Formats: sequence, structure tokens, C-alpha cells
Amino acid sequence: MNKKTTTKNDTSELNRRDFLKMGASALSLLAVLEVGGASLLFMQPRSLEGEFGGTVNAGPVDSFPTSSVTHFPDGRFFLIHTETGGFLAVYQRCTHLGCTVNWEPDQNRFFCPCHASAFDIHGDVQNPPAPRALDTFAITVEEGQVIVNTGAIQTRDEFAPEQLAYAG
Amino acid sequence: MTKLKERLLYTDKDPADDRSRMRAVANNLILHLHPTKVPAPALKWTYTWGLGGISATLTLVLLITGVLLMFRYDASVERAYTSIQNLETQVTFGALIRGLHHWSANLLIVTTFLHLIRVFLTGGFKQGRTTNWLVGVVLLLLVVAFNFTGYLLPWDQLAFWAITVGTSLLGYVPVFGGAISNFLLAGPDVGQGALRNFYAIHVAVLPAIMILLMSYHFWKVRKDGGISQPIPAPTEDKRPSRVERLTTIPHLVQREFAAAVVLITAVTIFAMLVPPPLEELANPIHPPNPAKAAWYFMGLQELLLHMHPLAAMLLPGIALAGIAAIPYWDKREEDIGVYFRSKIGTGTALIGAILGVALPPVLVVIDEYWLDLPSMMPGVSTLISNGFVPLALSLGGLAAIYSLFRVVGRANRGEATVGLFVFLMVSLVMLTIIGVFFRGANMALVMPF
Ligand code: HEM
Ligand code: FES
Repeated sequence: MNKKTTTKNDTSELNRRDFLKMGASALSLLAVLEVGGASLLFMQPRSLEGEFGGTVNAGPVDSFPTSSVTHFPDGRFFLIHTETGGFLAVYQRCTHLGCTVNWEPDQNRFFCPCHASAFDIHGDVQNPPAPRALDTFAITVEEGQVIVNTGAIQTRDEFAPEQLAYAG
Repeated sequence: MTKLKERLLYTDKDPADDRSRMRAVANNLILHLHPTKVPAPALKWTYTWGLGGISATLTLVLLITGVLLMFRYDASVERAYTSIQNLETQVTFGALIRGLHHWSANLLIVTTFLHLIRVFLTGGFKQGRTTNWLVGVVLLLLVVAFNFTGYLLPWDQLAFWAITVGTSLLGYVPVFGGAISNFLLAGPDVGQGALRNFYAIHVAVLPAIMILLMSYHFWKVRKDGGISQPIPAPTEDKRPSRVERLTTIPHLVQREFAAAVVLITAVTIFAMLVPPPLEELANPIHPPNPAKAAWYFMGLQELLLHMHPLAAMLLPGIALAGIAAIPYWDKREEDIGVYFRSKIGTGTALIGAILGVALPPVLVVIDEYWLDLPSMMPGVSTLISNGFVPLALSLGGLAAIYSLFRVVGRANRGEATVGLFVFLMVSLVMLTIIGVFFRGANMALVMPF
């Protein structure tokens, strides 16, 4: 370390001490960051294929009649086949405070028993307190099978036709 | 036996001369936690109500029963519920140990809350006690965190949905909320990952922090010169009068011991008479109606029914920050150790309490049946119409109450703060009562009888 970089009163001995102190602090900081970072990564949520959080094969396209809603409790989503033939997978979790919504076929709506939010067949809010439409999962159609990726939850304010996935 | 006890409490043999007697005192375990002498008035029940000591005793009961429960509990979605059922029906004294743990935990929330109120009302945060006040606020949050993480462990319907609703609240905290909730739950919703995380936090992380912080809290009480006391009135000859001082052993220690015994007996009897609740096994597909949070979050939940969640989180957040900041606001040291600060302070507290009892229910009913802010402001985002508008109105109301005390009541800063503080605390209690007893299916207002 260069003497000239220090303030005027410092002796060279203090200088070395300062250097060691600084070095030790920097190394300690680095160690803390490393341990913290490693712990955070260690505790990262993990998920496996076929379970919730992975990709779920919902079945062949033709097994879902149009205007139908099918519940996949293990995947925690409802698969909606709209009258236009598009697929939409909505997360079963109410956007208000997380209760599980029910599909009520006679009312043609999703209903949440916790604070009485209601959603239409596209997941749009019919009745608050839910602040936004039901969340969705990405759908791909591969070799005639409907594949739902439950790993990434997609939030939306309301339904838009682009959210629908079509076979072929 | 006595030998052993001496060994544990002292590091030296019997003191021979004055000097070694001094050392014996300095090496005594009890006297590491307490000063050697305490002012006689500080021992009066009606000053501290023993609330700090009661909280400490409950924490000890919780640690012991908690470790016992760990031997009989499985933190897995398949077995958690059965292991609790086994405790209740098969394990010898299982129901008692679980009852002790459950009721002590709930009581601790109450006593910690009351302890905070007592410290505030006597100005116990003054004369250099700011740090310990802040440590205390963290301790209160820790107690709540303990209860919250413990709530999930039985894995019944109550546990599952209370934690679902509770963690969903986090989702409304801007920027970090979603990430924190995702991290805590080890995923987007409550499942095996969440149970395992909550268990580890409940039995390892929180106890470690709690023990460190509590030890610090006690040590700091001592270093701050013991608990707060009124400044003695000057005597005739203008010299400050001397307060009688008593030795800690036996005067203070005996009282603490007596209080602890009475408390533990009372909690044990209660635990034998009232079994802690256990509902049906958690069912992620069918939430109960109504799905309520734990009782100590019911005040927050009630706010949620009236405001956008972000506003409902901000309001108590601001209040908590305000409570933490009290030592920086009320700095008048002359009135330390006097309940409610003064006559005027007693008056503001009384008015604050009356307002606190009266206002929240009235506002709740008005908002429930007549007031509909979003439809009064069509085209405005609900975040504003149902969030920032009621938030601003509430904060405005608090400011108005404070100014009322200052201007009309001619209260000084401290006395006005007492009134506002009492109003807030009583309001919280009222909201909690409404949430617990007056909310039924679909969270509609109902009569409890
Ligand atoms: C686990 C929770 C807590 C425990 C076990 C605890 C324990 C204690 C004990 C044993 C005392 C001695 C006086 C007394 O018994 O009242 C004390 C004093 C004190 N506590 Fe706590 N406490 C806790 C939480 C809190 C909270 C939530 C606050 C406030 C934010 C707080 C702030 C203080 C202060 C400032 C003092 C000194 C009071 C004075 O000098 O009058 N503590 N605490
Ligand atoms: S959680 Fe669905 S309405 Fe509140």
C-alpha cells in the first residue's frame, strides 16, 4: 500500500493495520454474501414433472367437448374448452386471497366460497372482491395432447382472445 | 442437592471476607439478570403488572412443551394431522402438552401486547430506553411470527386456510411480496414445501432469534438502570428525596417465582379443561365458508373487507412504524414512570378509549350497508377509490383526533399521543371482536347469538 494515498497523520504502521482491517471486512462481507446466497439457492422451491409446478399432460384434445370445464385437482387448474374451440387453463386459486374456486355448471361460473367472488367461464371477474381475472397457465398442444405448464403462473387483468390456445 | 444448586448459581465457594463477598455477588446467575438492588416502587404489581415476566415465563413453557411435541410430530402432509390426532388420543399426556403449548402461545400474544401497552403508558421507553423499545417491537413481531408458523402445523382445515389467506396477503405487498410468499411457501400455494419450511422456521430459526433477543432485552433493562421509575419529588430542603431500595434476593426473585407458579398453574388448569381446536384434515379443494385468518389477524382481515388489500396492509404498517417511532416523538422525560403521563393524559386516554369503542363498529356498519366508494367514483381504479381514498380518510381521522387533543384538550405532545395510542389499541381490539364474532358465511355481518 502506498503511503501517499493515506491521510496526513497516519503512520505507516496504522496504514498496514487499516489495510488488514479493510481486507478482513471485505472478506467477511464476501463470506456473508456467499453463505447467504448459497442458503437462498439451497432453499429455492423445487418441482417435478407431472406434479404441480411441472408440465401436466391433460389428455387428448378430443376428450374435451366445447364449452366444457374440467378440474385437474392434482395440477390445481381447470381446463376450459371454449365454444370457439380454444383451450384455456386457469389456476384454481382465487385471485382475492387464495381460496380454491368451484366450477358451478348450472350457474356457468366459478365461485369462491371464502368471500363470494365469482368469475365467468373465461375467468373474468363477475363479482368482486377479487381484483383480477383468474390466473392462467401456458398450454401447448403436442401430438394431439393438451400439455399444461403449471410452472409459470401468468397473471392478467381480464380475458383476451389471445390467451386461448388452439389445436393445430 | 443444595451443593449442586450452589454450584449452579455461584462459581465460588462461600465468601470469606468482604472482597470475596463482592465477587460472590458478581458471580451470581440471578444477579446477571437483575441488579443487586431495586427501587421499592418498581416492585409494585400495579406498575408493571408483571407482564414482561409473565411473557418470559410463557416463552419458557413454550420452549419446553415445544421440544416435547417435536418428539411426536411429523412435518409431512400425509402424517402431520394423524400425529396430532395421536397426541390427542393415544400419547400419554399428549393432549395436556399440546394444550399447554397451544394456550400459552395464544396467551403470549395477549401478554406481549399488554406489556407493550404498559411500557408505553408509563413512558418506559424514555431516558435512554429507545433501543429496548425497538427490541421490544421486534419481539412482538417474533411472537406473532411464532404463532403464525405454528398455526399451520396441525394441517387441519383451520390451519390450511388461515395460512392460505394469510400468505395471500403478502402477495399484495408491492415489489417483494410475491417473492417472499413464494419463498415461504416453497411454491405458489400451501403444500408439503410450505409445511416443511414453516416447521423449520418454527422450531429452529425463530427460537434461536427469540432466545438471543430476549436475553438482550433483559440485559438492556438492567443496563438502562432498571425499569423506569417516576422522578422523585424534591424534598423540603430541595434535595431529591431518596427512594427506598430493596435487595433483589429475595424481594424481586420471590415475587417473580410466585407469579410464575400462579401463571403456570392457571394455564395448566385451563389446558386440561379446554382442549385446543382440531378441525377436519386439510382439504385443498374445499375451503370452509367463511375462511378466517387466525384470531390475532382478524383485525387486519376486517380492514380487508373494507379496503383494497394494499391499503389494508399499509394502514397497520404505518401504525406499527408510528409505534416504533414513539421514543423519537414523545421525549419529555419529566413524566416518566407516571401512568398516562398526567391528569390531562388520563383524560385523553379516556376519550381515546371511548372513541375506540364507538367509532370502528359504526364505520364498519356504514361501510357494509351504505357506503360504496367505488361506485361513487366510477371510472376510477379501485386501488384509488377503495384503497388510497379510505386510507387517506383513516389517516386523516387519526390526525384529527390528535389535533383535537392538542388544540381543544390543550394536551402536550406526549398526552395527545397517549390518547391517539389508546384509540388505536382499542380500535384494534374492537375490529378483532367484530372479525371473530360478527362475521359469518361469505364474511357477511351476523349476530353471534
Ligand atoms: C417476548 C416478548 C417480551 C418479553 C418476554 C419481555 C420481557 C420484559 C421484562 C421481563 C421486562 C421487565 C419489566 C416488566 O416486567 O414489565 C421488560 C421491560 C421492557 N420491555 Fe419487554 N418483553 C417483551 C416484549 C416487549 C415489547 C413488545 C416491547 C415494546 C415495544 C417491550 C419493551 C420493553 C421496554 C422499553 C422495557 C423497559 C420498561 C421500563 O423501563 O419501564 N418489550 N420486558
Ligand atoms: S379468497 Fe376468494 S373471494 Fe376471498
